[in-house]
Amino acid sequence: MSHETLAVIWFGLWAVLWMMYFTLDGYTLGVGILYPFVSRSEREEKQLQETVGPFWNGNEVWLITAGGATFAAFPLVYAMMFSYLYVPLFLILFGLFYRAIGLEFMHKDRGRFWRASWKWAFFGGSLLVVLLVGVAFANMFYGLAFDAHGNQTNVLTLLNTYGILGGLTFLSLTLVSAGSWVAHKVSGPLEGRMLSVANVAWFVAIGLYGLFMVATANRTQVLDNFNRLPFLYVVPALAVVALVAAKFYLGKGRALAGFFANSLVIFLTGATGFIGMFPNMLISATDPAASVTLYEAAASPRTLTIMLVVAVVLVPAVITYQLWAYRKFATKIKPEEAKGYH
Amino acid sequence: MAEVILLSRIQFAVTVIYHFLFVPLTLGLVVLVALMETRYARTGNELYRRMADYWGKLFTINFALGIVTGITMEFQFGTNWSEYSKFMGDIFGSPLAIEALLAFFLESTFIGVWLFGKERFPKLRALSMWMVAIGTNISALWIITANGFMQNPVGYTIQDGRIKLESFLQVVTNSYTWYMFFHTVLASYIVGAFFVLGVSAYHLLRKQHVEFYKKSFQFGLVMALVATLAVPLVGHFQGIHTAKVQPAKAAAFEAVWESGPNQPFTVFSIPDPANERNLLDWGKIPGVGSLMYTNSFSGYVTGLKDIPADQRPNVPAVFWSFRLMVGLGFLFLGLAWYGLYLWRKGRLLDSRRYLKLLLYSIPLPYVAINLGWVVTEMGRQPWIVYGLMKTSQAVSPIALGDILFSLTGLVVFYTSLIVADVYLLHKYAVRGPVDPPAEGSVKRGGKTPARAAQA
Repeated sequence: MSHETLAVIWFGLWAVLWMMYFTLDGYTLGVGILYPFVSRSEREEKQLQETVGPFWNGNEVWLITAGGATFAAFPLVYAMMFSYLYVPLFLILFGLFYRAIGLEFMHKDRGRFWRASWKWAFFGGSLLVVLLVGVAFANMFYGLAFDAHGNQTNVLTLLNTYGILGGLTFLSLTLVSAGSWVAHKVSGPLEGRMLSVANVAWFVAIGLYGLFMVATANRTQVLDNFNRLPFLYVVPALAVVALVAAKFYLGKGRALAGFFANSLVIFLTGATGFIGMFPNMLISATDPAASVTLYEAAASPRTLTIMLVVAVVLVPAVITYQLWAYRKFATKIKPEEAKGYH
Repeated sequence: MAEVILLSRIQFAVTVIYHFLFVPLTLGLVVLVALMETRYARTGNELYRRMADYWGKLFTINFALGIVTGITMEFQFGTNWSEYSKFMGDIFGSPLAIEALLAFFLESTFIGVWLFGKERFPKLRALSMWMVAIGTNISALWIITANGFMQNPVGYTIQDGRIKLESFLQVVTNSYTWYMFFHTVLASYIVGAFFVLGVSAYHLLRKQHVEFYKKSFQFGLVMALVATLAVPLVGHFQGIHTAKVQPAKAAAFEAVWESGPNQPFTVFSIPDPANERNLLDWGKIPGVGSLMYTNSFSGYVTGLKDIPADQRPNVPAVFWSFRLMVGLGFLFLGLAWYGLYLWRKGRLLDSRRYLKLLLYSIPLPYVAINLGWVVTEMGRQPWIVYGLMKTSQAVSPIALGDILFSLTGLVVFYTSLIVADVYLLHKYAVRGPVDPPAEGSVKRGGKTPARAAQA
């Protein structure tokens, strides 16, 4: 395979790894955000913990893999992206600390202060990560502030209208994911309540999604590739169909189908952005000539080949045993049986 | 810029040391818990299940912090060392990506299966804990493969001012990596073993749950006996290898200034780098210095004076860390084997002084293993990639305010997490084994302690 072909394949894999992270951690983070508001008893808190307990950790590994793959396949992008997004990335890290530890430590002590602190840490950590991942990637699609002389991107330049809109849109979609996931996983009063949450969150989501699409069309270069190759419009069109389908299923009380439809929305929205940036990986909004393409950033053919073999062997294996774990924990969590983290 | 370099180095040290407060216990304890699960699966003896539950709980509390502090490690090569990442990306990123795909997914998926399935799928208990054990130990191999390249670059060429992968096989068979891997993993087993020994000693001193903690002690002791013997052995050969590939670091181990054969070993020295000598050399044992570096009493050792001053590490830092680490290593060896002696004589439970010593020794292997990293990493300075790139050239061009923000955040947040972690570990370690009522069964009167309900 030529170096260019390898690089293009890796661009696709790179995008898929990030999209997997958005989709999978999206629902676990969403549960963290809803957690303090939807549970009415300790039993329900434990049910909520069990809906994500066996899975959140594996979902987070998609982020680590995406980061590692960026480093391995596109070292230049890894170096620039991670140092340009310095402060937001550390905020995401801090959020991830408290999401994880909040969830795992909350019920390991009975103290009221202990429980309240970790509960809100779980909430705050999850919220921070969702918002900032949304803001960061909206800006990646829009373009960062850097030129040949260096970086001018900082938290303030990232918090532009488009970035904030991206963060809020992702937030609303994770809430639909979380609501439908928990409704699917639990029985008892929590099930119906979470279905309502998903249904309500959907209305917020479609409003924000519409705005985000309009802003994407008007404020960014994302659609240039689509206009060049119109058949690509099938990707965002499917995202919109999936969003409508999510409501259709959620309205009928079919939580799992709603969850899958909404997951597809997150996945395909990410795909739309990545297709839009191709072949760029880091877009400069201030000096288009300084943008970094995948060809400039790619590692050597040997590294790309070895990593491709590794990915082709290991990614299916990972997906297989993760699906096995999901099937192991497929039974609905009853309020009287939920143990949570104990 | 000088401040950014200094603060970036401090931040790296802080994050790596915080991370390595959790990882070694994870690596060691997981093997012990997996062995307990295997014994339970083989014998059906409830004692082993209770042991796996108890030590497994302490394991999971600690494991969570290891995961959390690990993500920072992966991110900060890009955030803080972007010039390094650009230079090294073609080789350094791959092990990290493989680590995630091969190890992190495995351990994170199966820790979930173990934790939430141990009552529902008792048959999967041993399997899932072994998967976690394999995952954590494989993870150590790949991150050390990455670090091994920084210590002893192999299998590369340089093209357009950047490293280019020439032979993946050479990178993964790097001899430095394998010495480091066995040294680190076996030292982590000492951490795990002494944790189990110390906590067991605490309860044995109070004569509570004696059968439970004697059995646990036995598991810890076997691991300690093997690991405390193996670490000095691996360490010795690693030292010889280091003398070959990183003479500056090796010379700093023992503060050897003058090159030459027949080097003595000095029992007590105080290095004085400003004057390129030792302030004090007390108790010279002829030939033993050479023996340590070359496996021969007359072997030739390169001294620091033959290395340009700007390519030497901070000699006192490496020297004292090395001394203390080695001294602690021999202390662990003595403690473990004395424990075997007491056990064989049937005097373990009466040896209160020994049990107390074990209890207070819990932190020492943590100290030793982190000193080991100080030796490895500070000993490589001023290089970030030995002989190829200096640390000062590797740092990201970020603003001073940014790094002050991240460093402060990391210190404050990590500290808050550690306080909570130590509180929980202490609480659950001291509480002793608690038998949760079996699935669906009614609590049998008087059998379960009242505090079990608080779990």
